[in-house]
Amino acid sequence: MCIAIPAEVIEIKEGNIGVVDFGDLKQEIRLDLVDVEVGEFVLIHVGFAIQKMSREEGLETRSLFREVYSAMDQKPPVTL
Amino acid sequence: MVVGKEITEKLHQMVDRDLTFMHICGTHEAAIARTGLRSVLPKRLKIVMGPGCPVCITPQGEIDAALELVKMGCIIATYGDLLRVPGSIGSLESCGGDVRVVQGVHKAVEIAERTDKEVVFISVGFETTAPTVAASLLTNPPENFSILSCHRLVPPAMKWLLQQGEAALHGFILPGHVCTVMGYHEYEEFPVPQVVAGFEAEDILLGLLMLVEQVKEGTHRVDNAYPRAVTHDGNRKAQDLMYRVFEPSDVEWRGFPVIPQSGLRLRQQFVQYDAQKKFKLQFKHISKDTACICDRVLRGIAEPADCKLYGKVCTPRTPVGPCMVSHEGACKIWHLYNIRHS
Ligand code: SF4
Repeated sequence: MCIAIPAEVIEIKEGNIGVVDFGDLKQEIRLDLVDVEVGEFVLIHVGFAIQKMSREEGLETRSLFREVYSAMDQKPPVTL
Repeated sequence: MVVGKEITEKLHQMVDRDLTFMHICGTHEAAIARTGLRSVLPKRLKIVMGPGCPVCITPQGEIDAALELVKMGCIIATYGDLLRVPGSIGSLESCGGDVRVVQGVHKAVEIAERTDKEVVFISVGFETTAPTVAASLLTNPPENFSILSCHRLVPPAMKWLLQQGEAALHGFILPGHVCTVMGYHEYEEFPVPQVVAGFEAEDILLGLLMLVEQVKEGTHRVDNAYPRAVTHDGNRKAQDLMYRVFEPSDVEWRGFPVIPQSGLRLRQQFVQYDAQKKFKLQFKHISKDTACICDRVLRGIAEPADCKLYGKVCTPRTPVGPCMVSHEGACKIWHLYNIRHS
């Protein structure tokens, strides 16, 4: 529920929709809550970008969150 | 544990009294359990989990209301974590209705766009999640869409815990993802040591050290040990959208009485999306009739292993209480890492 994973914005489409890259998976998400540009990192929660973050922080925390969540969930966490 | 050895040593030198700190975040509990962090802490330093799991703190009356909506023939959309939470009679998973797991509220709106049936999104979550729901409602979803608002705000619950004093807390590790959105300015009013901490074992240890320092200095403030992701003000846009659509209301939490201004209800302009009004639902207070001690676990005065049912009658496959259902529930996390006692 409060699970959130960093991803890179790789495309911005009409209607506040973006495509992000989680590293091994690309997914459409909503951009209603942040003003971002392609190439920036965002934190994704329940299909929405909820905050911007630095690329450095994004890459660093991603692997950690992945480990924590996949143990919690035993499946790819981004589907949550 | 090799990481954080220096911080751990420092903690051992500094802790000269019994200290209990509470965190309010399932991801923190998972990080702590996974790294076995409690085992390297000084004996007199205790970390307890508070009401940091949105699914767990949703009272049974609200689960029953969702089951009522199934009976009325509505399509229910919600997060997977909620499906197996036991209501008074069965759960959303076992009720035989049209219940669909969605990634987020926007996917529930898409379901409503493709059907004439009533679609109700069971909307749980803290301040991390509520802005996503607000943003979706501002896109004018169809008339057959509504939400059952089960949202909760963290600061009022913290205030209750502090006033009540039952858990004898010396400080708080603030919820990381909630603070990502909300910042930490709201917490500055609380006269207790607090820290915003990240999720690496080292981050958490550093947070604990900062709390111990505050206690020993006899002061209180909000230290930010996670400035890489959390700022003082948070995401203002998300906060504005949330308060444009929702307003605070008095609600009950599982394990707690009614906490003033701790819930979020839809403002008058959005009343057409309020499932509680649309379907004339009453949230009833249900008193528990099992030996489940989730209520005490959520208030930080018991740990999962104190429960007689833990790991025996109650397992992730046969959950008795919500703390064994949600991925962020303390019992589920402890069970996953096979923890018997802290
Ligand atoms: S182990 Fe099960 S029954 Fe016991 S407190 Fe946790 S969820 Fe409730």
